[in-house]
Amino acid sequence: MNKQMLTGNVAAAWGARLAGIDYLPAFPISPQTEIIETVAEWIDTGAMDASMTTMDSEHSMLTAAGGAAATGVRVFTATSSQGLLYGMEMIYALVGWRVPLVLVNVSRGLAAPITLEPDHNDVLAARDSGFLQLHCSTCQEVLDSILMAYRLAEDRRVRLPVLVNLDGFYLSYTREPVIIPDLEEARQFVGPYDPGTVRFAAQAPVSEAVAVLGGESYSYFRYEVQMAQAQALAVYGEIAAEFAACFGREQARIDAYRAEDAEYLFLMIGSFATKAMDAVDQLREAGWKIGLLRPRLLRPFPEQDLRQLAAGKKGMAVIDQNLSFGRGGILHTEVTSSLYGQSGAPSVIASFVGGLGGRDIAAEEFYQIAQDLRQACVRGIQPPMRLLYTAAELTAMRNLQAIANVPAPERKP
Amino acid sequence: MYRIRFHGRGGQGMKMASHILGTAFFLAGFEVQDAPRFGAERRGAPIFAYVRAQKAPIKERGIISHPGLVLVADESLVPLPAAGILHGVEETTVLFLNSREGGAVWKARLNFPGTVLALDLIGNDLNQPGGQRFFGAICAGAAAALTGVIPEDVLMQAIEDELIHVEAIVVQENKTRARAAFLAMQDKAGIVEEGSGVKVDGYRRPAWIDVPLDDAGLAAPAIHGRRTSELMKTGAWRLRKPVIDTCRCKGCWWVCSTFCPDSAIVVESGRPRIDYDHCKGCMICMVQCSSHAISLVNEKEEVSGE
Repeated sequence: MNKQMLTGNVAAAWGARLAGIDYLPAFPISPQTEIIETVAEWIDTGAMDASMTTMDSEHSMLTAAGGAAATGVRVFTATSSQGLLYGMEMIYALVGWRVPLVLVNVSRGLAAPITLEPDHNDVLAARDSGFLQLHCSTCQEVLDSILMAYRLAEDRRVRLPVLVNLDGFYLSYTREPVIIPDLEEARQFVGPYDPGTVRFAAQAPVSEAVAVLGGESYSYFRYEVQMAQAQALAVYGEIAAEFAACFGREQARIDAYRAEDAEYLFLMIGSFATKAMDAVDQLREAGWKIGLLRPRLLRPFPEQDLRQLAAGKKGMAVIDQNLSFGRGGILHTEVTSSLYGQSGAPSVIASFVGGLGGRDIAAEEFYQIAQDLRQACVRGIQPPMRLLYTAAELTAMRNLQAIANVPAPERKP
Repeated sequence: MYRIRFHGRGGQGMKMASHILGTAFFLAGFEVQDAPRFGAERRGAPIFAYVRAQKAPIKERGIISHPGLVLVADESLVPLPAAGILHGVEETTVLFLNSREGGAVWKARLNFPGTVLALDLIGNDLNQPGGQRFFGAICAGAAAALTGVIPEDVLMQAIEDELIHVEAIVVQENKTRARAAFLAMQDKAGIVEEGSGVKVDGYRRPAWIDVPLDDAGLAAPAIHGRRTSELMKTGAWRLRKPVIDTCRCKGCWWVCSTFCPDSAIVVESGRPRIDYDHCKGCMICMVQCSSHAISLVNEKEEVSGE
């Protein structure tokens, strides 16, 4: 078994290599650049047989990715944060083109103020685009998810682009032991790409992505994306079962950790979820019946799985590493709307927002979230959203404002 | 779990130290996580890298806040708040400083709660051209010895694995220095122990507050203060510095000051003067000076010569 210390970025590059990609359009942005640097080096040394083009922006990069995918080749690309936003017009357009490709996003908080460290507001800005979304919590999962993502994207019942997300720093620059699957086994799992009708060529032109006037035909195409997304839940299940049979690693739509006999649940996505697993272990040692749900698939959202896994639980704490200004945590909204009116659904679904711009969530904070959740369940009251922030953090912020000479607001008498 | 932080300056190889130690733990049969922590820093800025290792899979992530070992390659980082050397240290933490002053001196000076070790492992390399490239291997060697669970041959293999793209003679020099550091620490082997992490019983409740609604003038991320970058003494990042020989300087006044990327050379009465509070020691001025009036002086030499 080939097990090596890899960063999340290099694990992503291995995913592309083992999947046998044909084409990579690239534009650099931290903390993603190591992915394309690694693939570029492999192409250079002949370790990979693929074409790479450096582009002038993420908008061009995604257009090239979609254009290449429309000719029937296997396409891979990667971006992060502002780059994803800059390419957002094409993110939505590629879904309408119905071209399969895999885009890796390395999560990083959005400007302004500018930061390099992660949260999920970048990837969740693409939530409603029609890209399928897989969220990783370890470097191993990054590699595995890319292999599965090609199967998902290229399946005739789906044929949509797939976004694989990993967190900047916490995965991108962090090395962990990663099992690199055997090339032959990986190729056998992913399979040769049969593009079917996706065969744009100069000698056989196709009018792609046409204009439609009148809502009837427009609605049809939009509804078809919805139908394909819904179908992708079952397709993912088939692919995950096959993956487990091939490689021995389970990649369920929702990862349920010590949840079966739990009374309380954390719910998170991404790499911080392993911190929640740690908290679950410690709380269990102290006598708590608590577990964790971690959706891997965010689009399509595995609503039925969530309903089954949450049934009979007393309470759930949804920890969002994102903030929809004027509303709150995005996952919390997704979870509550999925569970509304379901028999046996937890009576309290508490909302916590933290980890923005790479801000840590300490073990003590997970313990306190569990305490607050239990209190709310005892009282039977849905608590207001809690923005994780400490007195010490605000004091440090005040010091920075003093150095920045920010004028104090006029105090009303 | 072993929780180890390496502190140094950009360019001193702390990421390399974490990679060598991480690979050594991995080869010794541990589950490992290693990572550098950097942002927009440049050469000379304080950076750190960390390693977690234990026999079971690792779920903890991010900055280590309860370190078992803090290893500091460059003692000049200690007084810099931005370096965060003392972040989260406790009674069980071992602090290793690369310093000519003894551990007892540092323990008293810092009022450090745990064990302090100090030894000048890299002093000889500090003053050699390119000597900094060995810091990573030296620090990894010392840390490996202090854990007491990494055999010497495994450490050597880890260095070979991590320096696979480097020419053989340089790999050999790294191994020689790492072995010396490893052996120098043998009498302290095992002093760094695995920590247990934060337990639920008696945990310290986080001091959460309700985030206040501030006036938008206060809440916008704008810097109103003038020349706040002057308050940041980036001269502290410097390991070597340019010195102007006033006899050789022809007073052209514009070459060195124009090429200085940090605007750290001012011209007064037709003569250049270096602002050592902000000069980062990049030595571009030395390369550009057509009359060869600027020379390189090691920061440490200058300090000890004073």
